Formats: sequence, structure tokens, C-alpha cells
Amino acid sequence: MNCIIIDDEATARAIISQLCSNVPSLTVLDEFPNAIQAIKYLNQNEIDLIFLDIHMPDFTGFDFIETIKNPPKIVLTTSDANFAIQAFEYDCIVDYLVKPITPERFQKAIQKAESSPVSATSSNASEHVETTSGNDLYVNIDRRLIKIDIPSIYLVEAKGDYILIKTEDKNYTVHSTLKKIEEKLPDSLFLKIHRSYIINVQKIIDIEDNSVLIKKDVIPVSRSNRPELMKRLNLL
Amino acid sequence: MEQPNLSYIESMSGGDKDFEQKLIDIIQKEFPEEKDIYFKNITANNFKEAAENVHKLKHKISILGLVNSYESAVQFEHNLLEGSKEGQNEFEAILQNMTDFLKTL
Repeated sequence: MNCIIIDDEATARAIISQLCSNVPSLTVLDEFPNAIQAIKYLNQNEIDLIFLDIHMPDFTGFDFIETIKNPPKIVLTTSDANFAIQAFEYDCIVDYLVKPITPERFQKAIQKAESSPVSATSSNASEHVETTSGNDLYVNIDRRLIKIDIPSIYLVEAKGDYILIKTEDKNYTVHSTLKKIEEKLPDSLFLKIHRSYIINVQKIIDIEDNSVLIKKDVIPVSRSNRPELMKRLNLL
Repeated sequence: MEQPNLSYIESMSGGDKDFEQKLIDIIQKEFPEEKDIYFKNITANNFKEAAENVHKLKHKISILGLVNSYESAVQFEHNLLEGSKEGQNEFEAILQNMTDFLKTL
């Protein structure tokens, strides 16, 4: 089994790597100090098993599981036994190791991973721009559904696997795509003006050549989207 | 006070002395960094952040075989999350105990 280790603590990564080296069927392909780096790696590599720390700053192990679309088998590693019940809500989690991990307990986890069926996709995975209800949009951040007032959104920007939603009060980084949020936003207010940007047309301050000033952001307008933008303006 | 030891590291290594030294080197580098962040947060009364630091330090407490100290750290982490510093002195004595031990390696 090809595996990776995700843990913000170098000591923990070294211990798990050593434990893996004693199991001939395991090959550690890489180690990551945070989940964001691992997500990028998973987009380009096939992995059978992940040793995943739960308690990491900014982006927890559970955030990670909910972010990736088809999670491989996962063995959770943690210093806190209190997450066990939550852990087994995910089909992809095959075992739960409490640190410090002993060689004997590690062997059991590997046996479980080897005997469990090929990874089932977590039912909770991925759909992070959740629902709209009237003027509200709910986004999944840190396992909380946060309500955003749609008219307060003035800009949505694609940022790799994430989108940055800018509102009058606050900015939100959400694991989703521009296409998904575009489907949730009303056409009457929002327009995609570039492959990386959706703007709230009512928030435009001015337009100059091929760019739009919206709040303090200058946003490029692609040639193909410009005619639609011009149609939407109440031109004198 | 209970004394740190290398029992866990030795049980992990299966006699691999290179691995034992590598792990000790990593702990000697990482522990002071984590300790510094903890002291900054506890001094600034950043309870939640300090609790996260204690959470991380707990692993090293257990690696060095400090069973009772680990339980004290669990309680201190809980207290911090409740907005209390009760157990701070005991926890910081544990950190000093570990610091002294790591210097001998």
C-alpha cells in the first residue's frame, strides 16, 4: 500500500514513518506538515492509505477528510481519544490510533487497513457550497455551516481548489469551485466576467477598458465576457 | 517528580540506534520551539492557543514516558479551554523536567 503521513509535528511523522518501515507492504511516498500541502499532492497522486493527524492548526484532519472528493483509507492519529465517535462517522476511516502509538497497536491498524474493502467515499465529502435559502448562502468552513448574505457578496475569486468570497464585512475561503457557486448565485445580481472572477454587478464603481473597479479590487474582464457585462449596464 | 526516560523510544526502535538518535534530535529541536510558543500564548492569556500548545506538548510528554505528567497536562489543557490557568505551575515544572532531561542526551 502506498501511503502518506500528515501531521504538523515532526516527531510524530518520524515515529509513524519508522513504524511503516517495519511493514514490508507499506511504502511511505511522502510526509506533510499540513493538510493543504497534502491536498495538492493527492490531486496528482494515487494513494492507498493516509495516516492523518486530527489536531492541526487552521485545517484539521476532519476538514481534510471533508475536503477531498474520494478519500483513500485513512488511519487517524491523535493525542485525544475523545474524537473516536466522530471518527467512525466516516466510511474511509479504518482505524484510530492514540499517541504515543505502540508497534503492536500500529500492526493491528495495518491489518485493519489491509482487510477493509477498497475505500468507500465519505458521504460527507466535498460539496462545500451548500445551499441557498432566499437571500442566504451557506458555506462549510471548519465543519460549521456559515450563513452569508448573498447581496453583501461583491466578488468571488477562484484560487486553485478554493474560492475566496468577499463580502462587505468579511472574506471567506471555501473549498469549492467558481462553477458551483455560480449556480447558487442569482443571475440578476451576479456575472462571471473572467474565468477566475464573479462579480456583483450592483457593486461596480467604474469600468475602464478591460477592467472593473469593485470596492478596492480591480478585476480583469475577459474579451468573451465583456459583451454580456455591457448588456447588463444601464448605459446612458 | 517522575523522571523522563527513553523506554518508549527504545520500544519503538527495535534496537535501531540510528533511529533513536534521529528521534531524539527531532525532539531536541522541536520541543524548545513548541515550549516557546506555549510561553508566549500563556503570558498573553491566549487560552485557546495555549491549550493547543499543551495538546501538542502532551505527545512529547508521553514519548518521554511521563505517565502521571501526561495526566496533569490533560487536565491543564482542559482548564485552559475553560478559561482557567489552574495547573500552570505544575505543567511548567514538567516542561522544565523535560528540558533538563533532554540536555543530558
